[in-house]
Amino acid sequence: MAGIDSGSARVFAALLEARTGQRIAVGRSWRFEAALGPLLQAHSLDRVDQLAARLIEGKDKQLADRIVDALLNQETSFFRDAGVIEGAVEAVADRAPLRVWCAACATGQEPLSLAMLFAEAGGTMPEIVATDVSSAAISRAREGTYSQFEIQRGLPVRRMVSWFEPAADNHWRASATLLGAIHYRRHNLIADVPPIGEFDLILCRNLLFYFAPHQREQVLARLAGALKPDGFLLLGAGETVIGQSERLRPSARARGLYERVPDPADSNRVYTGR
Amino acid sequence: MKTCLIVDDSKVIRKVARHILEALDFSVSEAGDGREALTHCRQTVPDVILLDWNMPVMSGMEFLRALGEEPMPRRPKVVFCTTENGMAHIRAAIEAGADEYVMKPFDRETLHSKLQIVGVA
Ligand SMILES: C[S@@+](CC[C@H](N)C(=O)[O-])C[C@H]1O[C@@H](n2cnc3c(N)ncnc32)[C@H](O)[C@@H]1O
Repeated sequence: MAGIDSGSARVFAALLEARTGQRIAVGRSWRFEAALGPLLQAHSLDRVDQLAARLIEGKDKQLADRIVDALLNQETSFFRDAGVIEGAVEAVADRAPLRVWCAACATGQEPLSLAMLFAEAGGTMPEIVATDVSSAAISRAREGTYSQFEIQRGLPVRRMVSWFEPAADNHWRASATLLGAIHYRRHNLIADVPPIGEFDLILCRNLLFYFAPHQREQVLARLAGALKPDGFLLLGAGETVIGQSERLRPSARARGLYERVPDPADSNRVYTGR
Repeated sequence: MKTCLIVDDSKVIRKVARHILEALDFSVSEAGDGREALTHCRQTVPDVILLDWNMPVMSGMEFLRALGEEPMPRRPKVVFCTTENGMAHIRAAIEAGADEYVMKPFDRETLHSKLQIVGVA
């Protein structure tokens, strides 16, 4: 296949960034071709520039959504960076009631991993809100069904037999207990207000990296605002709030956790409960 | 360098697994059935054993039981790697002492992930 021309690459990159804040570096524009292949086929097109032309034409209202979905990096796995999520769960597991927001849950492996850890910790089951900008990802997450390859990435076999059951075509489906603890919703971190209420723990892993600095700062401020005063934020390995947000700082509680910088206006308020 | 013993009666599978394991920096040995694998383990205990289920001479399960009865300086991790992908087989393997389970067909990431879970990669 001939390389993607820079005009089409710019059209797709601009669409993706406008919708999600995610940036694809020019040098990685080969990703467009790989990612858009299935969409070309579905529309009986040969080349990505034809797809770009169709997008600009604007007749097919759903085309932009589908392109954005196809371009998003939705790489994930069960128990990704297992040590840090175990630490995060431990830090809040004794609280009740307990609210957790998984803010870019992709196809759902991350909230399910959390649900397994909380269930195994034996305390109250938290309410887990799992969101992602991709509606395709959210509907897959809601189904909770994984291929043989997906189910074997990061998930220990003992947990697989305890929490999943075989489904058609060599797939595995998460148990009703796990899925029942999770509320799935489409949500865009750069455009939508956070889910209602405050959270004990927020996960926002492996997407901030691809935001422009000003957007990263905005998103972090929103996440800080959605935390309880004693809540924790967990970012991905290699992501940090340092130099990105005045409202958050590393927490001494566990590796990779961040906490709110106390608001001076709040210093006279006494927080009861946790 | 970690050591892995691949136990499988299929030459092709052994070759594929060897390729992946060597890229993950393992020193690899091979056995074509459970009996050969047991002989190997009496001489040197590998860090991890990748174990097929159905093999001539001695099956994976028979090997696992026999291994349990061998006096050994240390226990290798055992990862079943088989097309027996049903719940009953998986439970039986866990009960017999397997540490992990890979359902075939597998790819590089699956194998790497399972080896990380048992703590050898
Ligand atoms: C690489 S995945 C990471 C998934 C998971 N958090 C993990 O660490 O394994 C990034 C996810 O962020 C989502 N995403 C990208 N931009 C977003 C935005 N503006 N709002 C919400 N989710 C977004 C993508 O759809 C994708 O599912």
